[in-house]
Amino acid sequence: MQVLYFAWLRERIGLPKEQVETEAETVADLVLELKSREPRYAAAFEDMSAVRVAVDQELTDLDAPLKGVSEVAFFPPMTGG
Amino acid sequence: MSVLVQEADFDVGAEMANMRAGRADIGALVSFTGLVREMPNGSEMVLEHYPGMTEKALQKIDAEARARWALQDCCIIHRYGPLEAGAQIVLVLTASPHRKAAFEAAEFIMDFLKSRAPFWKKEAGQGWVDAREADETALKRWR
Repeated sequence: MQVLYFAWLRERIGLPKEQVETEAETVADLVLELKSREPRYAAAFEDMSAVRVAVDQELTDLDAPLKGVSEVAFFPPMTGG
Repeated sequence: MSVLVQEADFDVGAEMANMRAGRADIGALVSFTGLVREMPNGSEMVLEHYPGMTEKALQKIDAEARARWALQDCCIIHRYGPLEAGAQIVLVLTASPHRKAAFEAAEFIMDFLKSRAPFWKKEAGQGWVDAREADETALKRWR
């Protein structure tokens, strides 16, 4: 699946998106998997209360299942308008 | 209905004229324009967004407003990219037979757009703008 990062998550991880092959069942599992990869992921996902998630471009939460999903995005709380 | 996410500026007068064109049934046309406020340190900012999801999120907000109020038309234009102090960021237009629906719908759209549309502001020299608790609280009154 495609994993996207925005705002300071993009800056901390150092890339806007990447293709991730994973068996993770939920978003929370995917976060754990990414955190174990490299310190920059661990740093970006250190405080999950500051991170929002969208699955296939719909806002959701960490419990969201990933079966059949093509796009997951992580970003800080939104500041539009 | 129209939702536009664009880097280019917009012309409020032209958009309002466009909404009124060829019809005489509108009694109230409300327009809200959000601007980049001047900041003490540095006067430029960059607005990042999530192409694809942004349009979907705005269309969803637009549809919810139409479901709640008897709107005759509705338009949301949101810019992204580098924006200087004083620049226009967002335009919301709502049209209805009487003013109450148009006023309320415009406020509803802005309240949701603030914290439910995937935009992030970064101020030059200051970093990413934190989400405001007040913006989250503002959503509660529409429940």
